[in-house]
Amino acid sequence: MWSLEQLANTVHEWLNETFPSTWAMLIEFVIVGVCIIGLFAMLGLVLIMMERKVSSWMQLRLGPNRVGPGGMFQTVADTLKLIVKEGMTPNGVDKLLFNVAPFVVMIIAMVIMAPLIFAKGLQIWDINIGVLFITAVSSVSVIGILMAGWASNNKYSLLGAMRSGAQIVSYELSAGFAVLVIVILTGSLRISDIVNAQADGWWIFKGHIPVWIAFVIFMIAVTAETNRAPFDLAEAESELTAGFHTEYSGMKFALFFLAEYVNIFVVCALGATLFFGGWQPLHFGTDTTFNHIMDYIPSSVWFMGKTFFLIFVIMWFRWTFPRLRIDQLLNLEWKYLLPISMFNLLLATVIAIAGWYFQ
Amino acid sequence: MTASQIIFYILSAFILGTAVLSVTTRKIFRSAIWLLFSLIGVAGLYFWMEVEFIAAVQIVVYVGGIVVLIIFSLFLTQQSGEVMAKAPVVRKIAAALAVIFGFALTYMLVQQNGFEATGKPFDWSVEKIGNSMLGTADNGYSLPFEVVSMLLLAAMIGCIVIAMKAKPEEQQ
Repeated sequence: MWSLEQLANTVHEWLNETFPSTWAMLIEFVIVGVCIIGLFAMLGLVLIMMERKVSSWMQLRLGPNRVGPGGMFQTVADTLKLIVKEGMTPNGVDKLLFNVAPFVVMIIAMVIMAPLIFAKGLQIWDINIGVLFITAVSSVSVIGILMAGWASNNKYSLLGAMRSGAQIVSYELSAGFAVLVIVILTGSLRISDIVNAQADGWWIFKGHIPVWIAFVIFMIAVTAETNRAPFDLAEAESELTAGFHTEYSGMKFALFFLAEYVNIFVVCALGATLFFGGWQPLHFGTDTTFNHIMDYIPSSVWFMGKTFFLIFVIMWFRWTFPRLRIDQLLNLEWKYLLPISMFNLLLATVIAIAGWYFQ
Repeated sequence: MTASQIIFYILSAFILGTAVLSVTTRKIFRSAIWLLFSLIGVAGLYFWMEVEFIAAVQIVVYVGGIVVLIIFSLFLTQQSGEVMAKAPVVRKIAAALAVIFGFALTYMLVQQNGFEATGKPFDWSVEKIGNSMLGTADNGYSLPFEVVSMLLLAAMIGCIVIAMKAKPEEQQ
């Protein structure tokens, strides 16, 4: 059967036969880079379209419907408009940091993609601390926002950046604890081990109560970490114009916008990997007809389906909940989520040691 | 020169270049950002040595923790956006001398002792680190681990006490 794994292996073997190994590796770097940038561009177009369609569906209106069939090319037109716009650099900004900040945000979003498994056997870097790598690199993403807020030399931007910093630093803890629950149950930090452990059932089914709690906390924490409503205080339009990217325009603004959506994709892909088994098809028990039918659906479809379902859930949050105040936001994290996730971690440890999960 | 060596020199040049920029720039916020890049370069060096765990911890602790803390304190400082005055010549000369002597001392130590290759395979894994961190047998670090956790607890309680607001006295 044709699969992405075979394609990747064929390309790898052909390159290693034709070129010396160093050059083959460099060429692979270039190929992977081009693929990731292509994926970024596609994600930007698709997710922004999806957001607009979901929001219009929730608000009982049609949404974009002029460009292309059903308005499908609206985001392409928007991108073209943003590319030809002037990328202004206002007077009084710190020019170097102002221009570097959007790229910092983008590059970090790209680096996080490295250990993710997109389909069976399709992974850029099978690093043995995969989950820790993702948590570590995503903690750097706040720097880009702080840089943008400071360099803009604008009160609104600075306030937005401060809020965003406080929010990301605090919600990182709960997200980390939620991830740790799965790491404890699997006994490994490697992403491929975590996915393989779910071949006979996803953790959300096998791990019952602690994993359910961890999943809910994970979804709340990543919504806050990606600065989306109801936690979008960093760019609250009604209070701070646009928060940390008030002064940005044209393509530099588009990069921030794109990075936001790519970050949503990355955290949802991580959630799908940890709780819903990544590319693993839905299996109940062993060797039943149902399992065999499920195996016919390609692994990449499973992965993308789960990821996009979680993205839909996050968009659902955005269009149904009102925005929190900053004190409510910090109370929620420090007084509720953090103690709950700490006790949940203990519970998960007990269950993992006693073997009280479905095996 | 192998590709590995080329990568090493690129990383070293990056670390040293950003480190020099971080002490010579006259804008304090830029200084913090250059420090950040320098620390990321060090993490890259760890990745180059294939000790991924240390590299990830370097990023979590130094880049995601300490530099963010520095940036936050800069945000809350008055006049942190101004360009600082040029350093007086005496201080520049003193700094240059300190750099030269420090370099000479390090060079002398390396020259005399050199680097010995042990030849043993460098075995590290997260399991091994965890076991020795909480182990009580040989190569176990459970006592320092507990002492550090007590220190952190004390620091945490101290923070809460400092940040606690006195309740306004109720009006009779």
